[in-house]
Amino acid sequence: MDSLNLLLDGFGQALTIQNLFYAVLGVFLGTAVGVLPGIGPAMTLALLLPITYSVGPDSALIMFAGIYYGGMYGGSTTSILLNTPGESSSVVTAIEGNKMAKKGRAAQALATAAIGSFVAGTIGTLLLVLFAPSVAGQVVKLGNPSNFALILLALFAVTAVLGTSRLRGFIALFLGLAIGLVGGQTGQSRLTFGNPLLADGIDIVVVAVAIFAIGEALWVAAHLRRRPLEIIPVGQPWMSREDWGRSWRPWLRGTAFGFPFGALPAGGAEIPTFLSYVTERKLSKHPEEFGKGAIEGVAGPEAANNASAAGTLVPLLAIGLPTTATAAIMLLAIQSYGIETGPQLFKDEPDLVWALLASLFIGNTLLLLLNLPLAPLWAKLLQIPRPYLYAGILFFASLGAYSVSFQPFDLAILLVIGLLGLAMRRFGLPVLPLIIGVILGPKLEEQLTTSLQISSGDISTLWSEPVAVIVYVFIALALTAIVVSGLRKPKPEASLNEKDEVNA
Amino acid sequence: MTVVVMYSPDEFGRVALSYGATEAARREERLVVVNPTKGDSYVDSKFAGGDELAKLRAMLERLDVESEVLHDVVPDIAGAVLHAASTTGASLIVVGIRPRTPVGKLLLGSVAQRLILDAECPVLSVKPDGSEDLLT
Repeated sequence: MDSLNLLLDGFGQALTIQNLFYAVLGVFLGTAVGVLPGIGPAMTLALLLPITYSVGPDSALIMFAGIYYGGMYGGSTTSILLNTPGESSSVVTAIEGNKMAKKGRAAQALATAAIGSFVAGTIGTLLLVLFAPSVAGQVVKLGNPSNFALILLALFAVTAVLGTSRLRGFIALFLGLAIGLVGGQTGQSRLTFGNPLLADGIDIVVVAVAIFAIGEALWVAAHLRRRPLEIIPVGQPWMSREDWGRSWRPWLRGTAFGFPFGALPAGGAEIPTFLSYVTERKLSKHPEEFGKGAIEGVAGPEAANNASAAGTLVPLLAIGLPTTATAAIMLLAIQSYGIETGPQLFKDEPDLVWALLASLFIGNTLLLLLNLPLAPLWAKLLQIPRPYLYAGILFFASLGAYSVSFQPFDLAILLVIGLLGLAMRRFGLPVLPLIIGVILGPKLEEQLTTSLQISSGDISTLWSEPVAVIVYVFIALALTAIVVSGLRKPKPEASLNEKDEVNA
Repeated sequence: MTVVVMYSPDEFGRVALSYGATEAARREERLVVVNPTKGDSYVDSKFAGGDELAKLRAMLERLDVESEVLHDVVPDIAGAVLHAASTTGASLIVVGIRPRTPVGKLLLGSVAQRLILDAECPVLSVKPDGSEDLLT
């Protein structure tokens, strides 16, 4: 087993004192931000991007992976104890988890969530280790036209498949693509308004920090005083024999749902967690308990969301396509080291990739060790007054944006795009298509120009490769399905809770 | 005229409530229980939740004196109590005193101190002393 040897080497690198320290730091931070509603791993990674200037790539990525996995764990704590999902992926957990907590079974709900996340995260990471290198091996053989089609598919999928309103999704996507156009990288200055400072384009770090941190901080400031929520006090999480018996099958089924959905370009944890919940409700031997706090309804979705977190790393590492906001920022982090992302990553940077994969196993174990005994401590974080929290976030956001190129002009851009982020939250536009648009837009253009250069301007080169044709057919079918379903039934009224889903 | 009690769902709030109820009965005045929150954190342990509030109201029903509960989100805790005192014409404010560490004194303000300094009526400050807990 070639992969196995490489993985063992990765463990060797990830288990150094320094990297272990970053892994612990990452899972701690990740859990903390996961617990706090509104602050997610994507925002945290955006704020921490400047550390990539001073920390080595392996340490930074190990820490970021810890934050990513940690955020998934932390979100469940808030869902269960407060009935407010800390993360969009924990929305389903709140349904049964909070009911369990109200019945005095908070400890069991937290335990099944933590252990389920561990099981699913470990299996998911194993699958990632098995699949990602071979996927990368296949994708690396594809030509520019196929890559162009794949990027197009990713843009289309995150916009059209996720989220409640496709119109809003596409508005956000085109906003992102427009921001990505700014600059003169193509030799022609576009959207620079004659300003030399815009000629290099808007740094993606500034966009990410502005959209995630400034936008969210302004949004919270606009709704500062809210009636506090009731938290359910909890002791040490633990599970009885019966709980174990009822949990292990949902864990495995949740993993089976989560990983493939995460690995697809239309990733994200919302769909698999929901599917897992519905399946558990159907298969349960205690259907009467559903809606009143069934442990299966916590175990399945929690496993699904961690497995999908592992799954999203497949397209990220193997193709260089991010499908979640957090994955998008991780891609940025890798690029900021001057490392070319894409299928060649496994070949060019084996040390980095395998250390990262090994650190995922380590991070997962650390999370289990951290989360079981520390649950009551995490719940205390919710007592921090929001002004303190967001003052800190604004400070680090400004610092991060300024440190990109030490230009005061970047702070102005930060504020403008931050206001855009506030407006997007106000009008329920999803943030994910924008950030993916900013990152993938320029790549899309690059693939297009390279293909056209190779074919010396013949546009038919775009459908000259079988993979590209299959992808286009798939996009066309999905588009038709969307249009048909849109025509058949009258558009349902926009639901009121749409705005809460913005923080994906 | 009223007796205003600064309440919170812990031992300090309960002892204040106990003294406040006694005083209100002795003075034959209305009892105003104030339990404000700044509403700037997701969870505020000093803000009574649904069950605690129901228990409090049930207990107030059993008392012989007239009473009301003010349970609001306000920008300023001490200000809310003082406002309640001046609008209801309080003859007495009762507040439970919390112990603070030296560091805590350095960093944190004190609601009780502001009440004592700024109130226009006498302020009775009490500590948990094993006096009757009306809520149990």
